[in-house]
Amino acid sequence: MLKDITLGQYFPGNSVIHRLDPRTKLIMLIVYIVALFMAVGWIGYSVMFLFLAGCIAVSRIPLKSIVRGMKPMVIILLFTAILNLLMTPGDTVLVKFWIITITLEGVLRAVQMMIRILMLVTGTFLLTYTTSPIALTDGLESLLSPLKKIKLPVHELAMMMCIALRFIPTLIEETDKIMSAQKARGADFENGNLMQRVKALVPILIPLFISAFRRADELATAMECRCYHGGEGRTKMKLLRYKRIDFGAFCVGVILLAGIITLATFGL
Amino acid sequence: MAPILQIKNLSHLYSAGTPFEHKALDQVSFSVERGEFIGIIGHTGSGKSTLMQHMNGLLKPTSGSVELDGVDIWKDKKTTRQARFRVGLVFQYPEYQLFEETVYKDIAFGPKNMGLKAEEIDRRVREAAGFVGLTEEQLKVSPFDLSGGQKRRVAIAGVIAMEPEVLILDEPTAGLDPVGREGILENIQAYRKAKNATIMMVSHSMSDVARLTERLLVMNNSRLAMDGTPDEVFRRAEELVHMGLDIPDVTRVFLRLKKMGLPVEPVYSIQQAVDALKKLKGGNVHA
Repeated sequence: MLKDITLGQYFPGNSVIHRLDPRTKLIMLIVYIVALFMAVGWIGYSVMFLFLAGCIAVSRIPLKSIVRGMKPMVIILLFTAILNLLMTPGDTVLVKFWIITITLEGVLRAVQMMIRILMLVTGTFLLTYTTSPIALTDGLESLLSPLKKIKLPVHELAMMMCIALRFIPTLIEETDKIMSAQKARGADFENGNLMQRVKALVPILIPLFISAFRRADELATAMECRCYHGGEGRTKMKLLRYKRIDFGAFCVGVILLAGIITLATFGL
Repeated sequence: MAPILQIKNLSHLYSAGTPFEHKALDQVSFSVERGEFIGIIGHTGSGKSTLMQHMNGLLKPTSGSVELDGVDIWKDKKTTRQARFRVGLVFQYPEYQLFEETVYKDIAFGPKNMGLKAEEIDRRVREAAGFVGLTEEQLKVSPFDLSGGQKRRVAIAGVIAMEPEVLILDEPTAGLDPVGREGILENIQAYRKAKNATIMMVSHSMSDVARLTERLLVMNNSRLAMDGTPDEVFRRAEELVHMGLDIPDVTRVFLRLKKMGLPVEPVYSIQQAVDALKKLKGGNVHA
């Protein structure tokens, strides 16, 4: 069912990670990604893995839902693994067959790349699982606000993102409903050749677009009724303020990055 | 005669095996006779919609079975597909599924999917349009140019055009004005009469179901709580109120009268109320 899609769904909670300022989490995610790409050896990877595992444990996000979110990644993972497996030159040849050469270095590299991508995605998941979309856009807006100086409509972009995120579950639900209704009239989405399947989408897409436009219209009216006129002079109900745990998190981030760089210089 | 629909120990779990697991139907059993007009009532989330979507094979039972004319609708793919046509399902706010350029084409969508011949499709579209009171002119316009009530009629005609033996409607009158409501209810009855069809209607309007239906199913907490004639069901008005359900206005008045000490039994229709009051006054009231 469409309902089972996990699309960076927020998982309400009250863990330390949930309480961190969204800006802290965004910055920490960047630090984490940089560290992840700087790690070269197995020790570096182990440190990163421990850090990630610790974060997941602290956040109390059930492992099951993280694993479920990984499913769409399988193809990309396999693709990366196979490319690395075949394309890495090395000295220790394990298999040589026709034009295919698999080296020990290739195997190791493929495994490393897979772990790297998995950890990258899990890290981003952790952010979206522990931060509500609204907090996330708030954080993003605040982090990007210096760009207003060069006339970038930061607030408008953040608002658009916020609305888009807000409407994803609504539209999924709507699609589900429309699909059921058309199926009840004998529409068939599962059988037929490509052309027939594309055609079968018309009875879903048209009502979906119409309802999306209708909703957009209603939302615009509702916003205007409440005198929304963009970011100029707009104050916030929830002011973002760094607290002690945020500074604690930054310290952890700096130590992590420094540690990984140190390990990397020794090639570990 | 054998029942047209037979629901046996039907249970349904949503999101089975996840933390969001939710039991929407729990051991529901009942059978539907040909030509019956059944009302389904129950508060939001009681499992009505889930139940309806099992009747034409949109949802697959987690356990239990749905039999149409004695054949399990999940026997094979063909049977399931056939069940979709034989049991017509009109969803809530069906006007949001319209998509074709003209009303005619939209109503023809179902019959076309059935693989009927052009003349047969044409006959059915015109007949269905007739049942819901759409004019020849309206068949040619875009469904998006019609009013809300007319769109609803088009959507209902789209299901009726498949000439289902069982027509199931989920709150067909929600969000309509009194004239629109009455019109839709009349359309449904007209279809029933003409085709000797079985009707199942979910409604929150107790007065409507009390007036129109011959049998009521009451859903509560994913279970079938009551099954009987409106008389039998509304006799248990206090239980209904306890389930968070509404009761017909006149029943409410009579419950209050009873509480005040008058020797009356709960009634659910105006006629019954008149009779009861007459009896109370010794037959001297002219109503």
